[in-house]
Amino acid sequence: MTKYWISSETSIEIDSAEDNNVVHFSVDDKDVIVSNGQTIYEALQRQSGIGNIPALCYHPSVRPYGACRLCTVEVSEDGGKNFRFVASCLYPVKEGLVVKTNTERVRNLRKGIIELLLARCPNTKVLQELADEYGVEKPRFALGDHDCILCGLCVRACQEIIGKSAISLVNRGIYKEVAAPFYAYELGEECIGCGDCAFICPTGAIKMGENGKPELPRVKIPYAEIGAMASAAEG
Amino acid sequence: MVEQVRKLLDKRLKTPEELEKLRQSIISDKDTSRILISVCGGTGCRASGAEAVVDAFAEEIERLELQAKIEFKETGCHGFCERGPVVLIGPKKIFYQHVQPEDVPEIVAETVLQGKPIQRLLYTDPATNEEITYETDVPFYKRQTRLILGANGEIDPTDIEQYIAAGGYSALSKALFHMTPEKIISEVTDSGLRGRGGGGFPTGRKWQSCLKAKGDIKYVLCNADEGDPGAYQDRSILEGNPHSVIEGMIIGAYAIGSNNGYIYVRNEYPLAVERTIIALEQAMDYGFLGENILGSGFNFTITINKGGGAFVCGESSALIASLEGKIGEPKAKYTHMSEKGLWDKPSLLNNVKTWANVPLIVNKGTDWYSKIGTKGSKGTMIFSLVGKINNSGLVEVPMGITLREMIYDIGGGIPGGKKFKAVQTGGPSGGCIPEEYLDTPVDFDELTKLGSMMGSGGMIVMDEDNCMVDVARYFIEFLKGESCGKCVPCREGLAKMSEILNRISHGQGKPEDIEVMTDLGEILNNGALCALGRSAANPVLSTIKYFKDEYLAHINDKKCPAGVCRELIEYSIDPDKCTGCGACVRACSTNAISGEKKEPHVINQGMCIKCGACYDTCKFDAVIKG
Amino acid sequence: MDTGLDFTTIQTILESNAEKVEKLIESYISKKEQLISLLQDVQAEFNYIPQDVIIRISQRLEIPLSQVFSVATFFQAFSLKPRGRHTITVCLGTACHIKGGQRLVDKLGRDYDLKPGETTEDMRFSLETANCLGCCALGPVVVIDGKYESKVTPDKLDKILKKYE
Repeated sequence: MTKYWISSETSIEIDSAEDNNVVHFSVDDKDVIVSNGQTIYEALQRQSGIGNIPALCYHPSVRPYGACRLCTVEVSEDGGKNFRFVASCLYPVKEGLVVKTNTERVRNLRKGIIELLLARCPNTKVLQELADEYGVEKPRFALGDHDCILCGLCVRACQEIIGKSAISLVNRGIYKEVAAPFYAYELGEECIGCGDCAFICPTGAIKMGENGKPELPRVKIPYAEIGAMASAAEG
Repeated sequence: MVEQVRKLLDKRLKTPEELEKLRQSIISDKDTSRILISVCGGTGCRASGAEAVVDAFAEEIERLELQAKIEFKETGCHGFCERGPVVLIGPKKIFYQHVQPEDVPEIVAETVLQGKPIQRLLYTDPATNEEITYETDVPFYKRQTRLILGANGEIDPTDIEQYIAAGGYSALSKALFHMTPEKIISEVTDSGLRGRGGGGFPTGRKWQSCLKAKGDIKYVLCNADEGDPGAYQDRSILEGNPHSVIEGMIIGAYAIGSNNGYIYVRNEYPLAVERTIIALEQAMDYGFLGENILGSGFNFTITINKGGGAFVCGESSALIASLEGKIGEPKAKYTHMSEKGLWDKPSLLNNVKTWANVPLIVNKGTDWYSKIGTKGSKGTMIFSLVGKINNSGLVEVPMGITLREMIYDIGGGIPGGKKFKAVQTGGPSGGCIPEEYLDTPVDFDELTKLGSMMGSGGMIVMDEDNCMVDVARYFIEFLKGESCGKCVPCREGLAKMSEILNRISHGQGKPEDIEVMTDLGEILNNGALCALGRSAANPVLSTIKYFKDEYLAHINDKKCPAGVCRELIEYSIDPDKCTGCGACVRACSTNAISGEKKEPHVINQGMCIKCGACYDTCKFDAVIKG
Repeated sequence: MDTGLDFTTIQTILESNAEKVEKLIESYISKKEQLISLLQDVQAEFNYIPQDVIIRISQRLEIPLSQVFSVATFFQAFSLKPRGRHTITVCLGTACHIKGGQRLVDKLGRDYDLKPGETTEDMRFSLETANCLGCCALGPVVVIDGKYESKVTPDKLDKILKKYE
């Protein structure tokens, strides 16, 4: 009989016989047992209080994307000898895995990511809260004034939940943005005005407009140029 | 009747014996008394005017009706691009450099017909000032082991029969009829071949897991999306010897049980695309591709796919997304592509150079192959030795040669008596290696230890005139532009790094900048989604590690010691050297230079935009940069 | 979208090519995974990818318009704006960079008012930069309408460009 934790307070004792439908692994030194075929993040959503993983681009209704990297954890496949960083929203649970969700290295990484996101979107509540939690003070970089963190949830919701593809992520790198085809300001017929994109948006960057269709975040100044402009102003 | 014509035109080889018969007949039909002239027709030599030279030879041979005496061909890249157009003559390979169409009649009359070398077209060794007549004596070639590139200068890549005559497709025939898939894979594994695309993953292990993967449909892929700036060996192989890659792929497909292959090649390489298409068609005509290859019952086809121009598509998961017609965003690779790759089917992806090694290993055997190289890295590696170096071009050497041998023995050192500063290896994911490590043997593991990497074999030499902050800034700008923008560390982190480096090179660096960049480097290393992001900080971290003084000079003293960062330098005119010729005045696009004729001129600093045109134009070294 | 050409001109170009476009798209009906190749073919035909053609591709290949648009904006090879009569590509690969490739781009900006990704007002030149054209031993390299020029200096560039009207 082995003790497995199903939440931070509750544990059960079961005989850990081999069973293809479940996997046993450890999270922050607690042994857990979950059903197979899930990712680490999914599995821990159901084990309340075990592990401490933030995430911004994850939503249970759409396929994981692995863009925000906040859910990064350390995992070891060799019983705790060697650890590496993986995105827990994409990494499948495996028998015998050792997962550390809140080590100093992990917290430092998340802190850095939050600092970068806060520099992009300094006025976003969800990021300000994360910054407080992880001890990020003022970002050490030039600040932008965006709301959109390019998590892609709106695009995935439109496609996977609604079955439409009214919007997509266009361009690449620092010029990436959420847009309708040809950057149309008014969304066309493909948009049915369901508002799912606005609902799922973690930062409130998409709002529903008066015409019953969402208003996408408008990129007034390409974010890429902000740094250059700030340094030109300083000089 | 139609059937008979079809049969006559049908070149498909139906058995391995037919292949051998064809090979023998090509070799015996060849008139060995003819003198061979081969002109390099790679992109490099074409850029220097090789096409006009090819035309001139064709005309001259026709004019003098020498077709029976001369065998003339345009081959792939010989590697010594900087000396192009390059022409080789006769069995002993007289080596002519910088050949122009005007030289052609003389070459034919003197060298081809009378065997007399023409002095002015010969290569002069910059080290000894000695003129060298034969290719094999040129130091650039002497120290090389050209296993992969060797055939480039010998065969016309648009003629499959020349490849066959040189022993081509005999490895395929051996693999299909004398080896089991398991045997092929164990040969590849035992040879110690590691992926030549950058990562250096053991090739045999990749093949093994693809063989074991479940599924009826499997794909064989060739990564020819050679995006590393400063590296062009893949281009050169596809241009010069595309069949070696195709043969490797067919063998790989047979070994893992795949019937479909793709070559993903950069659109920026039009000649490579063209020659690969021709090669694929010819391989199809001769029965090396298609159904029932050489009568073995094995079927395999290859489709060529042109990339859309995105560096990140060289990353395997992004390459696959792009092959599927999607944007080239990488995905997490927690399930290996040997299980779930292209269209979620088991896929075997190797680099151009890796594929080109395969026929060699099959033909010559593991024992022979594994004797070349170091303990952990077997075989040869092709480097593009470029930048501030006398002999620049493609260099194929056994693994384990030292950086010093590469740069000084093969490369002939730094031009203009300048001082060596660093060598950058591994492209944007690599790092800059300073002089103190020049005796390091070059292989996968040693370069990684130095904070750089093998990458796809770019080796860019820098001298005292190159600013390491500028080099780091260049790579970060490059990567910022090439990041797909999916994950936060790469998209935002590189933008911030570029912001800081731009500030530093503008003289607005802050004391904490180095620390902030080191922090960003760690976020990229640990947090980014794909290999591009995870290695993106290497150019910055390696220059901070080895050239911290240069950063400090920019940040604290607002000086660029190498005189590169434009905001930190000033151009002025040395009145003692200035002859007042006025050349700089004409070169200056902002009218910032003035002065009386034949009197020393002056630069108006307020109007100077520091473009350096005056500095380049002045023949008297009177313009001072500093 | 500012195309730089007036509406009727574009309309005429498109109509005269409508058949060609249809044929081209037709040949990709059964292989819509080769969207990137199709866009390359369109670009080779028009020198850019017209909006109408993107819409047509989306309809015929049954790929959501937003996805075709994503692909067309992701890859550097595609231009959604008409390009000039001649395309200048300046290589900014590492070897060309350390030998002064950027100075050629600076010069074009200064003397021809031409920035990367843009076209001169008279539609004479469009400027592209490439990350490496693989002629590293001959840098800085510039390609004009497919013709390679090696060891180019700002001065030499002027002379070369005179040949293109």
